[in-house]
Amino acid sequence: MSNGVASLSSQLASSDAALAVSVQNLRKSFGSLEVLKGVSLSANEGDVISILGASGSGKSTMLRCINMLEVPDSGEISIGGETIGLKKSRKGMEPVDQRQVDRIRSRVAMVFQSFNLWSHMTVLENVIEAPVHVQKRPKAECIAEAEELLAKVGIVDKRNQYPSHLSGGQQQRAAIARALAMHPKVMLFDEPTSALDPELVGEVLRVMRSLAEEGRTMLVVTHEMGFARDVSNRVVFLHKGVVEEEGAPTEVFGAPKSERFKQFISSHR
Amino acid sequence: MDFAFMRDAFLTLLSGVPLTLNLAFMAVGLGAVLAMLLALMRMSGIKVLDWPAQGYVFVFRGTPLLVQIFLIYYGLGQFRPTLQEWGLWTFFREPYWCAVLALTLNTAAYASEIIRGGLQSVPYNQVEAARACGMSGFLLFRRVVFPIAVRQALPAYGSEIILMVKATSLASIITMMEVTGLAAKLISQTFRAVEVFVVAGLIYLILNFIITRIIMAIEWWLSPHLRRPAAVEPRLEAAHV
Amino acid sequence: MQQLSYFELVGFGPNGWGWALLTAAGMTIAVAICGFLAGSVVGTLVAWGKIGGNLVIRSLADGYTTVLRGIPDLLVIYLFYFGGSAALGAIGSLFGADGFIGVPAFVTGALAIGIISGAYQAEVFRGAYQVVSRGELEAARSVGMHRWLMFRRIIAPQVLRYAIPGLGNTWQLVLKESALISVTGLVELLRQSHIAAGSTRRPFDFYLTAAVLYLLITWVSTYMFQRAESHSMRGMRRAS
Repeated sequence: MSNGVASLSSQLASSDAALAVSVQNLRKSFGSLEVLKGVSLSANEGDVISILGASGSGKSTMLRCINMLEVPDSGEISIGGETIGLKKSRKGMEPVDQRQVDRIRSRVAMVFQSFNLWSHMTVLENVIEAPVHVQKRPKAECIAEAEELLAKVGIVDKRNQYPSHLSGGQQQRAAIARALAMHPKVMLFDEPTSALDPELVGEVLRVMRSLAEEGRTMLVVTHEMGFARDVSNRVVFLHKGVVEEEGAPTEVFGAPKSERFKQFISSHR
Repeated sequence: MDFAFMRDAFLTLLSGVPLTLNLAFMAVGLGAVLAMLLALMRMSGIKVLDWPAQGYVFVFRGTPLLVQIFLIYYGLGQFRPTLQEWGLWTFFREPYWCAVLALTLNTAAYASEIIRGGLQSVPYNQVEAARACGMSGFLLFRRVVFPIAVRQALPAYGSEIILMVKATSLASIITMMEVTGLAAKLISQTFRAVEVFVVAGLIYLILNFIITRIIMAIEWWLSPHLRRPAAVEPRLEAAHV
Repeated sequence: MQQLSYFELVGFGPNGWGWALLTAAGMTIAVAICGFLAGSVVGTLVAWGKIGGNLVIRSLADGYTTVLRGIPDLLVIYLFYFGGSAALGAIGSLFGADGFIGVPAFVTGALAIGIISGAYQAEVFRGAYQVVSRGELEAARSVGMHRWLMFRRIIAPQVLRYAIPGLGNTWQLVLKESALISVTGLVELLRQSHIAAGSTRRPFDFYLTAAVLYLLITWVSTYMFQRAESHSMRGMRRAS
C-alpha cells in the first residue's frame, strides 16, 4: 500500500509526472444553489483518496464532475494529463468533444451507491458489456477476463444470474467487477456502501481494500471512517462546497485543524 | 379548405349531438347499474355467481362492439316469431333500443372491472376502523366503502365515459343519425371527406373536453381532504375574556 | 328453403360457410397485424418526440395522441377510405380517368388502424421508458457509451420488455378495430358473417359464430402475450 504523504504544497512542487486526476477550481451551481465553490484536488497514480463530508457538502457532485456526469460551471478537469475541453452553450457549459468524453469515461470507472447494474443482463453480460461494445475488445477475451474478475470479487458462481437475484453486497461486488473489466486508470466510488445492509458492508470494503493494496488509483466518497483511516493514503473533507481539511489520515484524524471536521468525526464514530 | 362549407357542416353535424349524448348517457347509466351487480357477483366469493360474471366480462370485452350490435339488431331478427309472441319485437325492431342495449351490455363489462378495482382498493384499515365503531352491512358500505371506492374509480370511470361517447358512433351503422351517421351521409353527398372529418372530429373533441372538465370538477369537489387545508384565519372579534 | 342445421351451415360441407369464415378470420388477423406494426412505427416515433423533443415537437406529439384517442375510430376509417379514394380520384382525373377510384380497403384499413393504434402505442412506449432506471442509464454513460449505443443496448431492450403488457392491450384494441373496416367492404370476419347472414337468413347463427371466432383469437393472443411477458421478464424486477 502506498503511503506517500502527499500534501497539497509538495503536489505543486513535483508536477512533471502527469497526475492521474487533476481537478482545479471547480464551481457548480444547481439553479440558485451553489454546491461547489472552487474545489481543487489532485491524485497521483496509486493514491487512494477518501472524500468525506456531510450531505450537501458537494462531495458527490465533485466526483461526478470528474467523469462528466455533471458538467461544472467553471474550472478544469484533467485525467492522465488530458484536459477535458469545455465550452459555453445556451444551457450552461458543455463538453467540446463528446467523443473525448466517451473515451475518457471508458478509462475512468465509476461504482455507484445504487449499483446500477443493467437489469436485463446477467452478471457476466454486465461485466463484458463495456469492454465488448465500448472498448471493442474481442468477446472471448472479455469473457475469460470477466470470469477471473468475478472470481476475484468472490461471486463467480453467480455469473449467469440476473442482478435482481443477488444480495446488495453481491450486486455491488459485481458492479466493482464491471468497473475493473474496463482496465480503468482511475476508479471513482460514490458512497459504495451507503445503500447496503450493515452486515453486507464488510464484504464490499474487503474488496476495495484489496484493490487499494494492488496500487489502484481510487477516489472514494464514503461515510466509512474505518476505511478512510486505515486504507486511504489521503483524506479530503468538504464542507458546503469548499475543501476544509486535507492530508494524510494520521494527520487529519489525529490532529484535525478545522472545528467542523472535529464535529464531523465525533458524530460519525 | 372551404370554411363556409365547414361552418355549414358544423351546424348540420351539431344536430346529431343530442342523440350522441342521449345514447352515451343512457348506456352509461344503465350500464353502471349492471356493472355494480356484476362487480358484487365477482366479489361475493360464491363460485356460482363469480364464474358467470367473469364469463360475461370475458365475452363482452373480447368481442368487437360492432359484432355485439349486429347480434342484437340483425341477429335477433332470426327469432322474430318468438319475440313477437312475447311482445318484445317492437323493442328489438327499433335501432335506438338495439343500440342502447348493445352499448349498455358492453360498457357494463368494462365498468364492472373499474368498480371492482375501486372497491378492492379501499384500504382495509379504514374498514376496520369503521367496524370498530360498530358499523356493518349496508351502513358500512354506504358511508365508508362506497364513497372511498368512488373516489378511487372516478378517473378510470371518466375515461370509460369518454370511450362510450366515441362508441356511439357505431350506432350510425344501424341507421342512427347521430354525429357520425350525419357525417357519413354528408361525405357521401359531397365527397368532401377531409373537411367533414375535421368538423366531426372537432365536435367529438369538444364533447370530450367538456366531459373531462366535468369529471375533473367532480373529482375536485369530492376530495377536499387532498387539497391544502383552508387557511385558518384568526378571528377578528375580541376573544372571550 | 330447406332448414339447415347450425353445424351444416357453419361447417365445411357443400352448404357450409366454414372455409369462408376461416379465410375471413385470416384476413382479420392479417389486417390487424399490418395495422399494429404500422402503429408500432408511428408510436415509437411519437414517443421519441415526446421524450426528447423540443417544445414544438412535443406539442405536435401531444396533439396527435390527444386527437386520435379522442375521436371515434370509425371517423378515421371513413377519412382514409373516402378521403383516400377522393385523392386518388383527383389524381386520376389529371390523367383522364373519371369517377370513383376505390383505394383497396385493406390498405386504407391497415393505415387507419396504424394511425389510431400509434397514438395508444406511443403512450405505452413512453410509460415503459419512464420505468427504466435512471441509474442504469447513468452507468451506461459513465462507461463511455454514446447515445445510439446506449439506446440499442440498454434502453430499447428494457422498453420492449416493459411495454409488453400495454402492447397486449393495444393489440386487443386493434383486433376489435379490424371489425370496423368491414364497413368499407373488406371481407374480414364480420363482413363475411354479414354476407353469409344475408344469404342464408340466419343472422344470429353467423354473428354468434363470428363472436366465438373473435373470442378464440383474443384468447390465443392473450396467452401468447403472457408467455412473451414471462419469458422476457425472467430475472428482471417487476415494473410495478
